[in-house]
Amino acid sequence: MTTSFTCRPPGRRLSALVAAAVLAAACGGGASPSAGPVTLNALFMKQAAYSEDNVTEMTKAFEDANPNVTVNLEFVAYDALHDKIVTDQVGGAGSYDTVLLDAIWPAEFAKAKIVRDITANVPAEYKNDVFPSALAGGQYQGKFYAVPWINDTKFLFYNKQMLAAAGFSDPPATWDELLAQARAIKDKGIVDYPIVWSWSQAEAAICDWTQLAAVMGGADFVDDAGNARFAQGGPLAALEWMKKTLDDGLSNPASTGFLEEDVRNTFSAGGAAFALNWTYMYNLANDPQQSKVAGQVGVVASPGMGGVQTSGVNGGMGIAVTSSSKHPDEAVAYALWMASKPMQDKFAQLSLPMWKSSFQDAAITKTAPELFAAANVEFTNLVMRPVVPYYTALSSALQVALQEALTGKKPAAQALGDVAAKLPEIQK
Amino acid sequence: MAGLTAARRRLRPAAVSEAWVAGAFVTPAALVILLVVAYPLVRALWLSLHEVVLTRPGEEPFIGLASYAHELANPDFWAAVGRSLSFTIASTALELVLGVGLALLMDQPLRFRWLLRSLVILPWALPTIVNALMWRWIDNAEYGALNALLLQAGIIDSYQQWLSNPATAMWMVILADVWKMTPLVAILVLAALQGISREQIEAARVDGAGPVSTFRYVVLPLLTPTLLIVLVLRTMEAFKVFDIIWIMTNGGPANETQTIAIYAYQTAYRAFDFGRGAALGYLIALAIMLLAAIYLRLLGRVGRS
Amino acid sequence: MAGSARRPRRLLRATILYGAMIAALAAILAPFAWLLISSVSRPVDLLAKPLSFIPTSISFDRYAALTIAANPDSAAVGFRAATMNSLVVASVVTVVALAVGIPAAYAFARLRFPGRGWLVLAFMATYMLPPIALVIPLYQIMSGLAWLDRPIALIVIYSSFVTPFVIWLMRGYFESISPELDDAARVDGCSRLGALVRVLIPVSTPGIVSTALLAFLLAWDEFFYALIMTQTNAAKTLPVALNDFIGRHGIDFGMLAAGGVIAAIPPVLIAFVFQRYLVAGLTAGGVKG
Repeated sequence: MTTSFTCRPPGRRLSALVAAAVLAAACGGGASPSAGPVTLNALFMKQAAYSEDNVTEMTKAFEDANPNVTVNLEFVAYDALHDKIVTDQVGGAGSYDTVLLDAIWPAEFAKAKIVRDITANVPAEYKNDVFPSALAGGQYQGKFYAVPWINDTKFLFYNKQMLAAAGFSDPPATWDELLAQARAIKDKGIVDYPIVWSWSQAEAAICDWTQLAAVMGGADFVDDAGNARFAQGGPLAALEWMKKTLDDGLSNPASTGFLEEDVRNTFSAGGAAFALNWTYMYNLANDPQQSKVAGQVGVVASPGMGGVQTSGVNGGMGIAVTSSSKHPDEAVAYALWMASKPMQDKFAQLSLPMWKSSFQDAAITKTAPELFAAANVEFTNLVMRPVVPYYTALSSALQVALQEALTGKKPAAQALGDVAAKLPEIQK
Repeated sequence: MAGLTAARRRLRPAAVSEAWVAGAFVTPAALVILLVVAYPLVRALWLSLHEVVLTRPGEEPFIGLASYAHELANPDFWAAVGRSLSFTIASTALELVLGVGLALLMDQPLRFRWLLRSLVILPWALPTIVNALMWRWIDNAEYGALNALLLQAGIIDSYQQWLSNPATAMWMVILADVWKMTPLVAILVLAALQGISREQIEAARVDGAGPVSTFRYVVLPLLTPTLLIVLVLRTMEAFKVFDIIWIMTNGGPANETQTIAIYAYQTAYRAFDFGRGAALGYLIALAIMLLAAIYLRLLGRVGRS
Repeated sequence: MAGSARRPRRLLRATILYGAMIAALAAILAPFAWLLISSVSRPVDLLAKPLSFIPTSISFDRYAALTIAANPDSAAVGFRAATMNSLVVASVVTVVALAVGIPAAYAFARLRFPGRGWLVLAFMATYMLPPIALVIPLYQIMSGLAWLDRPIALIVIYSSFVTPFVIWLMRGYFESISPELDDAARVDGCSRLGALVRVLIPVSTPGIVSTALLAFLLAWDEFFYALIMTQTNAAKTLPVALNDFIGRHGIDFGMLAAGGVIAAIPPVLIAFVFQRYLVAGLTAGGVKG
């Protein structure tokens, strides 16, 4: 996978807009280069990492800097986001100028010509100062179709008190260490099942699997020629590893029916020593209203294995400009504004920035030093789930395969092999 | 006015006049329905005969019945149909039995029956999203109320994984659906019970029939038309069930609860094959019609009013 | 039958019936009670093992957050708007579907005309197709009419499938009423419409009330079309507003529970007001002999 992009000289009016946007964000002023009033319709998500108020505030700042542009915001639930975009575009309405895309969608939407190639508009500082693996979330075949905006991955959360009770002073740095610690915790009777996962038939399971595969031989799912690679190497090793932790009684057997929220609740109830989960869990697991283990929550970069220090699944989201937009220049400027370093730094308490330099700024990291430290390590190796236009269909099939393997219906190799055999049909 | 109508009746054959009246009575409903769905129905039919895939914009070749043929030869399709049938049969049967029982109860001259009659719709008044998430919450393997209740009552000796165990997952979604939809059956049956005269029941009683045989030989036969109507209605809804299962299990574990509507949704909105998705929509409608026809035939009511 | 045997039997009967009523109420209320408890408890208390069914601390903050507006952007404003939209949409749809559905149901039940057998099934066909098969063309229509994000779009769409629902139920109800009744009315000089309005409808009160209640709930609960067709507080209905509490990873179950409880109140109130009509309306007598 490549994260390089061409830095062609940006378009005329746009460059001015972007320059103005970035300047305005940095200096708090701004002038509008384009004439005539423009209205943009932007589709966002409720309960994103950023709150609705954050998004409104960022947008207000953009409007202040560009008085001729008005942005109408629409917020929908995550589950509705994809269907709304598809229906709107297939239904020929073209209601939106910018839409929020999950990192697994740009390929599909690019292929469907729903979103624009904005490679030429992405400024140079993205290449210099954004974690390269975070940038991949907006790309397909080396081109940008979305500006990465929300930066997220799954970290390793651990219960400090349980580790201490089992005689461990440090959290595990590798998965082997983690299993050894889990075994000790289980043997001492501290908790029945030391690890909890989100392995139900859902995208969440694919995320855990990808993250594990990346350090167990490589998250190599489909090669450039479209051949299946997920029934061997890292993906197969990871799935077999997952199954073994269930068989050994180290992973909670309920994991195969769990989503992220069940993982958080189990961990917060003191029902697990280790959990892999997104950034959002950090604040909630430390909130005494929500969690019994508040104050005992540790977070580190996801463990490594066999010489690979860490890995994280790219769970980011980006802002894309639709092909149907009548004001693409303003829409691109708006997307870049939302993702700009000043905006990300200002609202960093709810969503981790993707800018490397933000992590060196103590004023930003002081709110959650442990989390920022973990992120600074893990963001160096974010891995993508398969970047293919048929991703959602492939994911649905793989989710079933994971379930079959984890519930013992089929051996891992066979479950994945069956999907590999069906791949040409899925690709059609 | 009345005289004029009578005169008209004498002038024209009754059948013709009735057809005109019927036309006038049916047309508004036909307009309300057709103005909305005519184009979507035609459009969906067109889609089902073409290859329309989101990620291949601009190409929409005509492929005839290929999408239908593909699905009818697809074991995944039949597996989903089978799961829909299981869900439909189990949930409608339970809802019918419980609903009739509940209706009979509400029809009894009991104190506080107004309470039951008001609260009975509570499960249906709760929006499906909340209902589904509530059951997901109750059925949770780690901190769910069902496990806690059964364990504290001594019925189970360890927490069960209701929703991720292939043996119980389907039953849990059926339970959620039965809890929600039984009130519909109960209310409709209660209304139908009002059409059965007390004299008939009293007469049976005087003849020495007990409550059970009164129900079996007097009430049930009179209730059969209503039960048939409810059965067809619930079958239509249960066969295309989507939200409640999608929210509770996402079709898992290992597709154990993937019904035909979920399969169709995944085809259209996950595999982006709108042509095949539309074909599946029509196949679902055909399957429901087939089921309805079987019921109507079995219970011997075709064409009879 | 000896009088002495009668009393214990009546007692037994009452015991069984009241026992059944208590069991029915328990089955209906128990899951709901847990929802209610979840809506007023601290999240951490609900995760306890062993679970305590009686909350240790109670807070109505979530209900306050959903009903009392602190500022124009607060959740309460959106939730109130959604409640209003749901009430308007469901009420109008119920009225429209009954107004056009009852005459049609009467025609299907009583009148002879060509095609009456298959026509009713053709009407029901729209009820059989899953919404995903129709949603994109419907979106096209609504977009073309500039009705997206307006309650009218939902009213029109819902009417198209609540009407067949009403026809199906009311046809069955009319058929269960003896034809002699409206024949008698016709002999008395009533037109078809007169027979329907003056005789059949009054006698059918339980059927109409139950159908209306269920039609209302059908519209009240609809989710998928509402999700796709609405965008803002101008048209979002309760199910969509509730869905907004589901995040990408997290679910605010406490808020969802509180919202669900509030959403259940209007239909239950309506049922409370109309429940007496579910078992009344037989004053005309002579129903089905």
